[in-house]
Amino acid sequence: MGDIIVKGGYVYDPANGIDGEKVDIHISGGKVVEETRERGVKVVDASGMLVMPGGVDLHSHIAGSKINIGRVMRPEDHRKDPVPRTRVTRAGVGYSCPSTFVAGYRYAQMGYTTVMEAAMPPIGARHVHEELNDTPIFDKGAFTLFGNNHFTLKYVRDGDMEMLKAFIAWLLRATKGYAVKIVNPGGVENWKWGKNVGGLDDLVYNFEVTPRQIITSLARANEELGLPHTIHLHCNNLGVPGNYETTIETMDAVRSIKPKEGRGNTIHVVHVQFNALDGTNWMNVRSGASKIAKYVNANPHTTLDLGQAIFTDTTTMTGDGPWQFRLWNITGNKWVNSDVEMEAGAGVVPYSFKKNNPANAIQWAIGLELALHIYDPWRVYMTTDHPNGGPFVFYPQVISWLMSRKARTDTMLEINKAVMRRTTLANVYREYTFGEIATVTRAATARVLGLKDKGHLGPGADGDVSVYHLDPTAWRPSMYADLEKAFIKAAYTIKAGNIVVKDGEVMATPLGTTFWADARVPEDVEAEFMKDLEEEFSKHYTVGLKNYPVEDAYLPTQKAIRAGGD
Amino acid sequence: MTVHTDVVCPFCGCLCDDLEITVEGNEITGTKNACAISRSKFMNHGKNRLESPIVDGKEASVEETIEEAAKVLANAKRPLVYGLSSTECEAIGRAVELAEVCGGVVDNTSSVCHGPTILALQQVGESKTTLGEVKNRADLVIFWGSNPTEAHLRHILRYSVMPKGMYVPEGRKGRYIVTVDVRDTRMKRLSDQFLKIQPGGDFELLSALRAAVRGSRIQAESVSGVPMEEIVELARRMKAAKMGIVFFGLGLTQSDGRHMNIDAAVGLVAELNHHTKFLLTPMRGHYNVAGANSVTAWQTGYPYAVDFARGYPRYNPGEYTAVDLLASGEADAAVIVASDPGATFPVDAASRLARIPTITLDQKVTPTTMLSRVVIPVATAGVECEGTAYRMDGVPIRLKRLVKPHAGALTDAEVLVRMIERVRELRGEA
Repeated sequence: MGDIIVKGGYVYDPANGIDGEKVDIHISGGKVVEETRERGVKVVDASGMLVMPGGVDLHSHIAGSKINIGRVMRPEDHRKDPVPRTRVTRAGVGYSCPSTFVAGYRYAQMGYTTVMEAAMPPIGARHVHEELNDTPIFDKGAFTLFGNNHFTLKYVRDGDMEMLKAFIAWLLRATKGYAVKIVNPGGVENWKWGKNVGGLDDLVYNFEVTPRQIITSLARANEELGLPHTIHLHCNNLGVPGNYETTIETMDAVRSIKPKEGRGNTIHVVHVQFNALDGTNWMNVRSGASKIAKYVNANPHTTLDLGQAIFTDTTTMTGDGPWQFRLWNITGNKWVNSDVEMEAGAGVVPYSFKKNNPANAIQWAIGLELALHIYDPWRVYMTTDHPNGGPFVFYPQVISWLMSRKARTDTMLEINKAVMRRTTLANVYREYTFGEIATVTRAATARVLGLKDKGHLGPGADGDVSVYHLDPTAWRPSMYADLEKAFIKAAYTIKAGNIVVKDGEVMATPLGTTFWADARVPEDVEAEFMKDLEEEFSKHYTVGLKNYPVEDAYLPTQKAIRAGGD
Repeated sequence: MTVHTDVVCPFCGCLCDDLEITVEGNEITGTKNACAISRSKFMNHGKNRLESPIVDGKEASVEETIEEAAKVLANAKRPLVYGLSSTECEAIGRAVELAEVCGGVVDNTSSVCHGPTILALQQVGESKTTLGEVKNRADLVIFWGSNPTEAHLRHILRYSVMPKGMYVPEGRKGRYIVTVDVRDTRMKRLSDQFLKIQPGGDFELLSALRAAVRGSRIQAESVSGVPMEEIVELARRMKAAKMGIVFFGLGLTQSDGRHMNIDAAVGLVAELNHHTKFLLTPMRGHYNVAGANSVTAWQTGYPYAVDFARGYPRYNPGEYTAVDLLASGEADAAVIVASDPGATFPVDAASRLARIPTITLDQKVTPTTMLSRVVIPVATAGVECEGTAYRMDGVPIRLKRLVKPHAGALTDAEVLVRMIERVRELRGEA
């Protein structure tokens, strides 16, 4: 891997306060450095182009049993988007459930170099890692599901924070997971009896704990362990009109929890578009986005991502079994439910967001309202909750809606007029700057994940750079089509100092690194926990404890991020 | 002497992981916790082995076999890569890659077993679970067209009938077991209720049960040989269950109606979810057939019957499935990995294998190796090499290496990687 200079581009590196200045980026040994040797260095001419750190997506469903169910059940989806092999790349399919190889290529083509799989059922962790090993180019990690795990429920019930922490540390290590993911806490366990929870204070059967207790206990344990990322939460009542109240109540429940030293936030709420509905049913549903934005603006302990809806046919897949059952009843589409012993569940239902559907038009607006009403771009991140709101290949379109009021207006003119009456979007004039886009797609996501070498271009950062065919000094919001064209096919994507994409073509397919969170608890606590674990495990699981932890063979290139202090 | 504990059995879709295997020198001398089939697999793994690579009936070196295989594949117009369900996942991935590099077709054994289950999944979905949920919660277990007493011996003990679970502390006594089959099987003795139905009557009975669950009246005294009162009673019992599950096998997927039977079963189970918790899970046969579907799906988007002739994957069961591709005379070369289609395929398809250059990777002498032009002995996954396998419910478990490969044999994955490299060279790509 030779040295590289990215020369003459307009650089947006918000973490280092660089906002469109012409700066040369030097990369040596895969890392950004102050200066490279002039001799033998490869020069990437970025003059007149837009330069950013490699994209960092903190919430996407790209690997594991859920997306693979989507792949198996949707041949009609693949048929729309076949991808032939080349001498460098493997064949595959794209659209809402892309094959692993194609997911790797397409993220890289858009300039993304780090992507996090948002939900890993622990007993299926090997499956996630096997798929990640067949997903080339970007660095990655996976969030382990905790919110309905029987050990979580048990220790929360007993109020035993030390055992809960020991369990979190152990399970992250056993699954090589990066963060504590919580999906509809309590609701998924109740779904194992065909039921759900309807709010933060409902009871979980047999455990007599509430979602509120699960969330606050996990958030506290997360911060006390000092994990690199906060809890990563899919709220209760997803997709239920009126659920914006549950979302705010959930955020407020963790307000008094002390964050890990060096960070201000304690909770990340995911794909809030689906959780910002006002109204009482799907007929009178309206946007609750401004209410959530108001709360978030006033409460720095919260971060969220959009789960932006896209008008297209896609595949919904969540760890929220009861919601997917509800969605199946709404749509009548095909439905897969997949329960996971002791731990979790999932469901998959194809779904089309339609322009003439009032509820869909409102959902589309909600995502953008959240992004535009929340002032601090360091706390609101651009996602589509791929593929739930829409496939990730629509990110360039989302960028154009964020940066161009004209793009939004043009879309609003095509869609159901409910968007005018039941959302505030038409009255929003804010347009994101390039610096803000670099923040919500890179700098801020890397920071909230606790990935210190990602999302910026200062010395010591990973040599991940994206260069786009776009002159930011000449660009105006009316030119949003140019924006979409530039962001879908990067001029260059550089990953750890390798040029992996040039003019939108994949040039090389190195395997990225898998990050996982390495947390420790005192040895005596761990020993006590292991005793409890061994006893319960053999009684209730159908695999042996010795065959449960993911072996190193599944992580050919791994990096443990130590929890605790810096 | 070494005793390996927590050994995973590479035989059936149960993928039991609690075996103890005793090894002396490089010989397996004892098993514990293994069922009869598993014990036989471990104890006899050294018997009837292929002793040497073979080209055209003559002993050859591994290099010569790979060279010959690569030449055949580089010149073939429509090569078929088939089998895969009894090997580990890396080999499956490499087999898919080989088909892609050759512009051929890759298919696995699910096309002749649970293919219809996948077709039904693509039509209507599936409400499924991992087996631990059954052990911990199910109080109503229905076996439909499947007979675990013959095919999945420890399923009954470990997952579905006998085990004490979290909310079924009484074990067998806490569960009501129903078996539906066309003939008396040993499951009859194990079941609380045995429904002997007319052959080919599955679809009707499933539909009648669904109607009964919905409360619709059917103007018939019996359906598929089952009296109406029994149907209504079973529907009532299903709705009243705390958690119910249907395990179905080839009796449902490969009898008249095929994927329509599974559609009906999925529909019945989905309907029941309006009343209680109900699930269904296919009884997958080969220990890693679920993995074959999984790996093929994540690499290509499709679980089996994948054609790369146009450079990108296309899917069409009935056309790109191995039996059809062979019987139609389309396939002009074949790579068989961990399977014995020479013994199990219909004669039209099997005889085609004998007429085209067939390359077989196997441990043992089989009818397929006997009709192959190239035979490459390989190590047994789960005995002689590691790898991943997916249980019938999708739980991935790591296979163990207990002894050294017989006569220094390579693994399936190693052989396939070499073949891919050489084919690419011959095609001017590398």
